[in-house]
Amino acid sequence: MSRLIFPFLAMPASPSTRLRLSSGLRVSRFLLGSWTALVLAFLYLPVLVLVAYSFNASRLNVLWEGFTFGWYRSVWENAPLLQAARNSLVIAGVTTVLSVVLGTAGGWLLHRYRFRMAGGIETLTAIPMVMPEILMGISLLVLFATAGVPLGFTTVVIGHVTFSFPFVLVAVRARLRGLDPALEEAALDLGATPLQAFWLVIVPCLRPAIVAGALMAFTLSWDELIVTFFTASAASATLPIRVFGMAKVGLNPMLNALSAIFVVVTVAFVAFSAYLKRLAR
Amino acid sequence: MSAKVELCGVTKRFGAFEAVSEVSLEIAAGEFLTLLGPSGCGKTTLLRLIAGFEQPTSGTIWLGGVEVTHLPPYRRPVNQVFQSYALFPHLSVWENVAFGLRMQRVPAAEVTDRVRQALELVSLAGFDARRPQELSGGQKQRVALARALVCRPQVLLLDEPLSALDAKLRQAMQLELKRLQRQVGITFVYVTHDQEEALTMSDRIAIVNRGRIEQFGSPHEIYHRPATAFAADFIGQANLLDTRLIAADGSGARVRLAGGLELVLRAAAWPAGVETALVSIRPEKVHVSKSKSRAQSTFAEGETNMFEARIEEEVFKGATDHLILATVAGTRLSAVVANESALGEIFHAGDRVFCGLHADDLVVLRVN
Repeated sequence: MSRLIFPFLAMPASPSTRLRLSSGLRVSRFLLGSWTALVLAFLYLPVLVLVAYSFNASRLNVLWEGFTFGWYRSVWENAPLLQAARNSLVIAGVTTVLSVVLGTAGGWLLHRYRFRMAGGIETLTAIPMVMPEILMGISLLVLFATAGVPLGFTTVVIGHVTFSFPFVLVAVRARLRGLDPALEEAALDLGATPLQAFWLVIVPCLRPAIVAGALMAFTLSWDELIVTFFTASAASATLPIRVFGMAKVGLNPMLNALSAIFVVVTVAFVAFSAYLKRLAR
Repeated sequence: MSAKVELCGVTKRFGAFEAVSEVSLEIAAGEFLTLLGPSGCGKTTLLRLIAGFEQPTSGTIWLGGVEVTHLPPYRRPVNQVFQSYALFPHLSVWENVAFGLRMQRVPAAEVTDRVRQALELVSLAGFDARRPQELSGGQKQRVALARALVCRPQVLLLDEPLSALDAKLRQAMQLELKRLQRQVGITFVYVTHDQEEALTMSDRIAIVNRGRIEQFGSPHEIYHRPATAFAADFIGQANLLDTRLIAADGSGARVRLAGGLELVLRAAAWPAGVETALVSIRPEKVHVSKSKSRAQSTFAEGETNMFEARIEEEVFKGATDHLILATVAGTRLSAVVANESALGEIFHAGDRVFCGLHADDLVVLRVN
């Protein structure tokens, strides 16, 4: 077979050259494998170490002194931390819902209707995705201060929606581009009003994009620090803010336990979205 | 149930482009009408105007005597079968067909009955639970038909519904569509660029070109008596020849075709006050034989033009022989001879032949 494909192999080749070739192949395969292992280790070893040390009885991260669930208990008993986690959940939840509504409606508007400045508006909605967060945080703070809006849940949610909904919009736009334009007309033709056509035909067709966008919006909001830092009050502080505050004081094994919980939740989240994707297929 | 469709002076402009220009058309209730034309001629725009997806720039549209010009598509008693079928991918076959009835708030028991009947009508009983992605092209086509027909529209619009099917299935579906149309008795308005489809299925054909109706008539009229060069050329094949009037009297008009051949046609067929015109001759209407009497035999005496020619080229196509004739007078004509029997005449390039052509088979075309 190889003789046919690689004519140079058909030349009078001594057994040694052939050996060299196959051993070269083996070496390159080994190198590739090692590199892959190295990259994976770089990505996941810190996480694994962190999870392991969350069960460490020592107050210091460097020494292993025995197994304990103590740090998990102290996370559970830390009221401000739990309050911050609840805040984060509420804010991420509300942000996700608002982003889905705004992103889907906006995506449909930009896709379906031709109007002046459509291109400009699309670019303007995309910019918050790449704008430095520190800039957005400061500008929002200035805005709220000037308008006399007290900082709290509302201001944090507004900040989060600003940079989250474009992700939903982009996903929805991409899906709409691949959708048969006759679908909406078919619905109208069968007696659906434009609103019914959108709700009963277009939205179900967009579901994979909406779910992907929603997961994105939730994750973005859940671990956002900088914009939240500028727009939150003490009562609406989120988990990242609280953790950041704790880390400044000194590394506490409690943070390891908290991070381990995060890891488990994140993995569950990713698995769930993968499951949804398979379901959609 | 079925309704007539009337378009009165309908014009549709997209910016500077006029897709439909001053079209007036009356489609009878219960007829199978085909809008036939090349791509970009405005036939799909005409269909979209009737469906309500587009609003005319000027003119009015009537369905069953009711003006619908400015009604949105969901308020018109019209349903469409789309070129892409546009089946809802997230719904089963059953739910797709039930969609229109749900929108009309038909009671659940009636929905069940009518969906079942519609699926039976298109021979898709038992496919209820399938998703559109799990169907073949022909099956999708049937679901699209059932989904439109279940709403009992007064007019069914079909936008090149067979173009995505392979040739064999297309022919079977042509006959089935025609059968279905007779069975349900609904007015069908069918858009296609395929002349064979149009001839097979239609009660009447409207030939559309550059946003205008070139000719409107039965397949017979359109084929045998094309009105314009475009109509003659678009359907079937035609010899199109510049022709000059030489003499006319009560019995006939003597004309000279491009090249020099002189023929006689009926006096009434030549437009009054015109010196030159374009004449269409269908290739199969030229009767070719090596024997003079046989070339003449099919026609009544006195109405036949007889002339001699030499065969320049001969192409054997099985059922037919295609000949390029150079007449003695100098005109070149293409002719088609049916191979009715293996014992029939065999033609070769270079043969001298006699040709018979009935006066009625010279069609004088209108100049636009």
